[in-house]
Amino acid sequence: MSGQLSRRRLMQGVMSFLALSAIPMQLFARAKVAFEATEKDIVYKELFGDLPIVESADIKMKIPDIAENGAVVPITISTDIEGVKSIFVIIDSNPNPLSASFHMSPSSPADISVRIKMGKSSLVRAMVKTSDKVYMTSKEVKVTIGGCGG
Amino acid sequence: MAVKPVKIRGKIKDGVAKIKALMPHPMETGTRRDAKDQVILAHFIEQVVCELNGNITLTAEWGPSVSKDPYFAFKVLDAKPGDTVKITWTDNLGESSSGELTLK
Repeated sequence: MSGQLSRRRLMQGVMSFLALSAIPMQLFARAKVAFEATEKDIVYKELFGDLPIVESADIKMKIPDIAENGAVVPITISTDIEGVKSIFVIIDSNPNPLSASFHMSPSSPADISVRIKMGKSSLVRAMVKTSDKVYMTSKEVKVTIGGCGG
Repeated sequence: MAVKPVKIRGKIKDGVAKIKALMPHPMETGTRRDAKDQVILAHFIEQVVCELNGNITLTAEWGPSVSKDPYFAFKVLDAKPGDTVKITWTDNLGESSSGELTLK
């Protein structure tokens, strides 16, 4: 059947496309589902799978108690926990709770600062992922002016 | 819209470099509306790659809830004067920009 796309030809095309697109994706596989999730539980499931989540006092999270401007809330997360793979910032009351993630290497100690937006007062969680556990610390942050809409 | 380069400052103390970066970017969430009540499309940095002398030392994935003109600070171990730090971002519209700094 010339001129018509055969099933085999189609599959070849699809496979080569997948192979090509898989190269950069492997290096930087974006956790799209987790970022677009509106429920914290879906974020947890996507990011951590079955890893146990434990509260830990070993994570230092510096964030103001009261954020006057929700559009700019400075947050610093650091920890001495060994073997940190990733750090996640989760804001419970935001439309999409997952705000930012950081993937560390042996040459980057777990110590990052960033500024986040908060729509309204919320519990903010700093989550630190190692190979066998997820450590968490959280803090309630009051927001006087929201930063997630207009 | 023209993309602006990443501004980087860095300081080495006891072999650890503290890097601070500013990335001019609108970081639109996609939930805001303009004066005509039209939704302003989401436009935000999705990914940040930090390299030391060409080796990736840290990557970050962000959502739209990182503040406008993101500020990002991190540390790098075993840094020496003369080492170069490069930071590159890519946003959800496929735009990207970078900045480089040679540590002193």
